[in-house]
Amino acid sequence: MADLKVTLSGWELDNPLIPASGTFGYGYEFAELYDINMLGSFSFKGTTREPRFGNPTPRIAETPSGMINAVGMQNPGIDKVISEELPKLARCFHKKVIANIGGFSVEEYAECCAKIDKVEQVGLIELNVSCPNVHNGCMSFGTDPLGVSAVTKAAKAATSKPVYVKLSPNVTDIVPIAAAAAEAGADGISLINTLLGMRIDLRTKKPVIANKMGGFSGSAIFPVALRMVYQVYEAVKLPIIGMGGVTSACDVVEMMLAGATAVEIGSANLVDPWACPHILEELPAVMERYGIESLKDIIGGAH
Amino acid sequence: MKQGIFTITGHEALTKDVYRMALAGDTSAMSAPGQFVEISLPGFFLRRPISVCDYDASGLVIIYKVVGRGTEAMAAMKEGEKLDVITGLGNGFSPEKGGEKPLLVGGGVGVPPLYHLAKRLVAQGARPEVILGFNKAEEIFYEKEFAALGAGVTVTTVDGSAGVKGFVTAALPDAYSYVYSCGPMPMLRALYAATQGTAGEFSLEERMGCGFGACMGCSIMTKKGSRRVCKDGPVFEKEELAWQI
Repeated sequence: MADLKVTLSGWELDNPLIPASGTFGYGYEFAELYDINMLGSFSFKGTTREPRFGNPTPRIAETPSGMINAVGMQNPGIDKVISEELPKLARCFHKKVIANIGGFSVEEYAECCAKIDKVEQVGLIELNVSCPNVHNGCMSFGTDPLGVSAVTKAAKAATSKPVYVKLSPNVTDIVPIAAAAAEAGADGISLINTLLGMRIDLRTKKPVIANKMGGFSGSAIFPVALRMVYQVYEAVKLPIIGMGGVTSACDVVEMMLAGATAVEIGSANLVDPWACPHILEELPAVMERYGIESLKDIIGGAH
Repeated sequence: MKQGIFTITGHEALTKDVYRMALAGDTSAMSAPGQFVEISLPGFFLRRPISVCDYDASGLVIIYKVVGRGTEAMAAMKEGEKLDVITGLGNGFSPEKGGEKPLLVGGGVGVPPLYHLAKRLVAQGARPEVILGFNKAEEIFYEKEFAALGAGVTVTTVDGSAGVKGFVTAALPDAYSYVYSCGPMPMLRALYAATQGTAGEFSLEERMGCGFGACMGCSIMTKKGSRRVCKDGPVFEKEELAWQI
């Protein structure tokens, strides 16, 4: 019997599959399609202190084997998420969820973490210091070791829940950034967020996306994500949630061999709403094919 | 919503770049005219959202315009080939609100979703008036098909090469019970201004990521706050659209 269980900071997940923030809303769209309790957990839509409408449309462009989005952290704000979205989710999801928190100042991150701290439903906090689609926030913290350090320290001081820092790949070297998060007390690292990308419409001769640039995701970015997970695993002794272009059970195994304890699945959910159940169904056969009895045993196995 | 494999049973060009494709497959997830499907094309990452022109228990018809590489690849597909399609997306029009003499206004590739709506309206005993707007005579399609349903049809062309010269607003009848429309934004804005006082439903188009409400790629601001075109729409009550005209 294949053992799919993994543990993130003392929290045991039935399997390593976690739909990534921004591709799964607050869960209930997918709960209409399948029993989302089969998932390890999921990371909810990036949430900020204030409600945000996000960027003007078009927000989406296609790329070879991928897509670009510039949604811009659209969300109803932390208070409404706690008072409305999470109680609604509790009716269809009985496991703990990952709270993805974004912000525009150190204080804002801390305030959101303090609010989430009291929410029983949240298993861990994923600090989003890497959203490329908002100005003066998120990614501007995540591309600077000092910024990452300040946000991580403030979050840790505000909550007793495990804090995972979600890093941006849009840096020269991911290692010092991950190290800064670790030194500041992070309980884990989550990577990668989207790569900054762009498309130009040949008919209008202007960028496809209203915000000009956006976050590039999809299977095209998988090798970049895998490489960064591998590098961070070497450099930092913290659990890693790996993500970026994962679309199959083989990708999940590869990501875990690079060093991920759990794996987030993003854009794949948007083109195949049943992507996660499909991957979960495939996993035991893939494990058997490659002689893997327990997923726990292969974490970082490629090193 | 439901995912299924559909077989192309008919595929023809209606104009230079507008195609009609008939697909056989399970349509049980479809519940209203004006809904759309998401089609997966080999070699392309995102699915293509396309409105449904007509459907019955055995299949559906879509009419699409070639606007990029995806639809170009689709245009090259042949009868007998299979497509992975998600059906039953979006809310669709409400035929029950139409009253006795509903007005249907379509612009360009906004015309197709009105066809099944017109069929339903005729079936429930209404006398729909249809205005179909195009740029020029060579772009006209489905004029005869709407007329064959028993609807009154007026064609407008911007250059006057066929029908009434001008935009769809140049051909509005004096009286109508309700307004249904689908077409480009400038047309919807003008129609919104010209039909003040009569209730209606407008179907919007927006670039989409997923098509089922997960990614927030197609959000618009309305009088009721932010709405997803794919899931809360694509059909909105026209009063909900916050256009300051």
